[in-house]
Amino acid sequence: MKKSFLFKLKEGFIESLVFISGNLAILIVFLIVFFLFKEGIGLFNQQPLEEGTAIMLNPTNPIKELKPEEIKQIFEKEIRNWKDLGGKDEPIVLFTLSDVDRLFTLEELGSSFEYLPSKIGEYIMNNPGVIAVFPEKYLPPKIKKFHMKNISLKDFVGGKEWHPTATPAVQLGVLPIILGSLLVSLGAILFSLPIGLAVAVYLSELAPKNVHQVLKPTIELLAGIPSVVFGYLGLALLVPFVADFFDLPVGETALSGSILLGIISLPTIITLSEDAMKSTPSELKEASYALGANKWQTISRVIIPYAKSGIISASLLGIGRAIGETMAVIMVTGNAAVIPYLLDYEGHFKNPFYASVRTITATIASELGEAPQGGIHYQALFMLGCILFIITFIMNLIAEGLNLKKR
Amino acid sequence: MAFKKKFFQGFAFSIFYLFSFLVFALVFAILGVLLYKGIPAMSWEFITKAPEDGMTKGGIFPAIVGTLALIAGASLVAFPIGILAGIFMNEYTYDNWVRKFIRMITNNLAGIPSIVFGLFGMSLFVNTLEFGVSLLAGSLTLGILVLPIVIRTTEESLKFIPLDFRLTSYALGATKWQTIQKVVLPAAFPNIITGLILSISRISGETAPIMFTVAAYFLPKINLAWNEQVMALPYHLYVVSTSGIDPESTSRIAFGTALVLTLIVLILNLLANWIRKSMSK
Amino acid sequence: MFKIDAQEVNLFYGKMHALKNVSMQVEANEIVALIGPSGCGKSTFLRTINRMNDLIYGVKINGNIKIDDNNIYSNKVDVNELRKNVGMVFQKPTVFQKSIFDNVAYGLRVNGITKSSVVKEKVEKALVQAALWDEVKDNLKKSGLALSGGQQQRLCIARTIAVEPNVILMDEPTSALDPISTSKVEELLLELKKEYTIIIVTHNMQQAARVSDKTAFFYVGELIEYDKTPKIFKNASIELTQNYVGGKFG
Ligand SMILES: Nc1ncnc2c1ncn2[C@@H]1O[C@H](COP(=O)(O)OP(=O)(O)O)[C@@H](O)[C@H]1O
Ligand SMILES: [Mg+2]
Repeated sequence: MKKSFLFKLKEGFIESLVFISGNLAILIVFLIVFFLFKEGIGLFNQQPLEEGTAIMLNPTNPIKELKPEEIKQIFEKEIRNWKDLGGKDEPIVLFTLSDVDRLFTLEELGSSFEYLPSKIGEYIMNNPGVIAVFPEKYLPPKIKKFHMKNISLKDFVGGKEWHPTATPAVQLGVLPIILGSLLVSLGAILFSLPIGLAVAVYLSELAPKNVHQVLKPTIELLAGIPSVVFGYLGLALLVPFVADFFDLPVGETALSGSILLGIISLPTIITLSEDAMKSTPSELKEASYALGANKWQTISRVIIPYAKSGIISASLLGIGRAIGETMAVIMVTGNAAVIPYLLDYEGHFKNPFYASVRTITATIASELGEAPQGGIHYQALFMLGCILFIITFIMNLIAEGLNLKKR
Repeated sequence: MAFKKKFFQGFAFSIFYLFSFLVFALVFAILGVLLYKGIPAMSWEFITKAPEDGMTKGGIFPAIVGTLALIAGASLVAFPIGILAGIFMNEYTYDNWVRKFIRMITNNLAGIPSIVFGLFGMSLFVNTLEFGVSLLAGSLTLGILVLPIVIRTTEESLKFIPLDFRLTSYALGATKWQTIQKVVLPAAFPNIITGLILSISRISGETAPIMFTVAAYFLPKINLAWNEQVMALPYHLYVVSTSGIDPESTSRIAFGTALVLTLIVLILNLLANWIRKSMSK
Repeated sequence: MFKIDAQEVNLFYGKMHALKNVSMQVEANEIVALIGPSGCGKSTFLRTINRMNDLIYGVKINGNIKIDDNNIYSNKVDVNELRKNVGMVFQKPTVFQKSIFDNVAYGLRVNGITKSSVVKEKVEKALVQAALWDEVKDNLKKSGLALSGGQQQRLCIARTIAVEPNVILMDEPTSALDPISTSKVEELLLELKKEYTIIIVTHNMQQAARVSDKTAFFYVGELIEYDKTPKIFKNASIELTQNYVGGKFG
């Protein structure tokens, strides 16, 4: 009996679903990349300014360029003269909404501030040293907005200050945040790699069967605990302990983050390194014993070298896990966006692990909720997401490549 | 010489024993603390009531329900697609570059940090497709997050079924899909189930992907609909423990929430392990 | 007209030339045994007869195989239909995770026979033919996997004959069984021969001698000698064959 046409149609339909689902992963990764960049890339077409504000200078002012940190210094009165910025010797006059009542009477402004723009214009024209910052809707008719240079990738990645909501000029330097992530993850791996390797060696070469049967599931259990639970335990127990033990004013430090992330990445490192060591061919081990090596010599000179690429790959995945971890670090690292310098102001060494740091993940998680959609802060957070994605993607690729080489 | 050899071995091995024991003890210390601090919060009200008084009193019922809803929603997304994709990988590709490429992509998908999924879900589902912050957006985001787990375990489980079973079925005149549906899948099912349970456990524990796609800060009324926000256990724990209103009473609630969440996740993991073990016998 | 007529079959696994110019004719209601050292291409040849090799990646086949004068490699052939007509039994019993009844009914159902009275009747007939009925008739609902190895293999045979094929291919069907089960399967083969044409791969010379009408000796992808079984075992015309059946290598 031949299979009916309808039957073939049904199977064809199901098989096309199989085909589509099978290739969906590719589409999803593509979509993730696309949407992260789509939301983030607009950042580089923007001036580092608070949404909807305009900066204006007197037309005779020769200054062509102002950096966000210079604007910040002007507003904090650290810079008081244009000559400090390479301009004429002219004191800087700040002019913002808060000066309006002082300078003009209500009659001059009109009942619904309809004359405000022209008054602003007049004031700017009359004061050669003025720098005016107003909402765009009060832009005076004849005066051109001062154009700040668009944010560049260099300013973004290399910038040392992260003040995404500063007024009027935002500062979007993510260097301290990237360094924060790297520092915490580095600490994590320093902590978890030796322990993880020791446990992996024990599991793969030394543990009696019944111990293995208990220890292995225990480690899987550890892998299963949600990261927010780790975060909370870290906050409630580890942070006070670190403050006490290291005699620090606050326990919310890179160190706490590293310890916690170290614990979280332990199962990854243990499981993958154990697999790598277990794949050592038994002929190699036997050859080593046959030459009179004892167990430890065999482990250190045959098994570990053989499993090297697997162990490196495990460490990379462990670091990747640590860099990508959000909830645990957000609760214990203190979230200060400052560069973890090795030296203090007087040039003495200071341990960066004792400082509060903020990671990429914690920044995104704690700020995205308040950043208006499509705004400059929002775009910057998505750009941070892109950076995180790229870092972990590269690590995964290398780890994968190392694994493939072995097989 | 022999003594030195022995000494080094003894020294190295004692370190291995020590660290292994420490890790073992650490896991039990964590569980112990959760139990010790969490059990006092446990009560019938805690499980069945909404939070009260700025989350310093009452229970976590809406968060439990929300997490269950997310499990259901994300499973609905991930299970069918993941199983079909696993079938594709093992039955419809050969051991060539197509399979290697897709496997590499899937592995990388599994390695993407969960906060990135949150960003992606927010951009695509919440904003672009205009689902809003909703159960739908959260389920899709979490579903995609666990997709690699489902794909991989399905693929691995199918690999275990000997070729002869497929050939036998073909030799009886069955088509490829009939063979997969009636012979291969039923035989692989117990193993696939473990993957599904593991992904449920992952769904219940994730916070970062739901923060911006579905999770509500406080929503005592339970209103399950695709376009509504829900509370969820992991996000609730984060909120309670960082709001810092009244550390004394929130710590009780937080430990209680942490215990419930951990128990859910661990019981699911143990169940998956148990199924895997009892099947491999 | 021959039941099966293979002409100059060549098969490649990628670059590996696994079958070299194999030609062989089989008449209806014959049992043909394929013998030869392992890796010589017996299974490969067997699988060309129901196009099972189509499922293996990178296989190239040329030459002609006809069953009942129809070229089975022609584009017009429905492969599923062909495979239904050419049943196959494997070395290890491949009982599905289903009840005894559903195992035998599987082939019927996938071929669109679902009416329960018809299915029931055909299942019973197949189990009787496979000499398993008396042993299982009271617990048809039990899992097929609960049977003993020998019973499982007979269940597989029952499942094969339930779809009423013309030809049955068997790849070392008794090599995983104990002697008693083996002799039961052998008896069954002699019984089945009345209705079916059977090709059986075997490693066991005595088995080939006991059950087959003709024997084909394969060596490194070539069909060295093919003749009546007594001739092959008593006075083969080629020395290589004599050496092999005489146990000088293998
Ligand atoms: N799927 C395959 N892919 C590649 N080579 C194969 C495959 N199956 C069998 N071969 C090779 O073809 C040759 C014949 O194998 P086979 O027909 O299984 O031998 P036999 O059944 O006589 O022991 C062997 O060298 C074997 O390695
Ligand atoms: Mg064979």
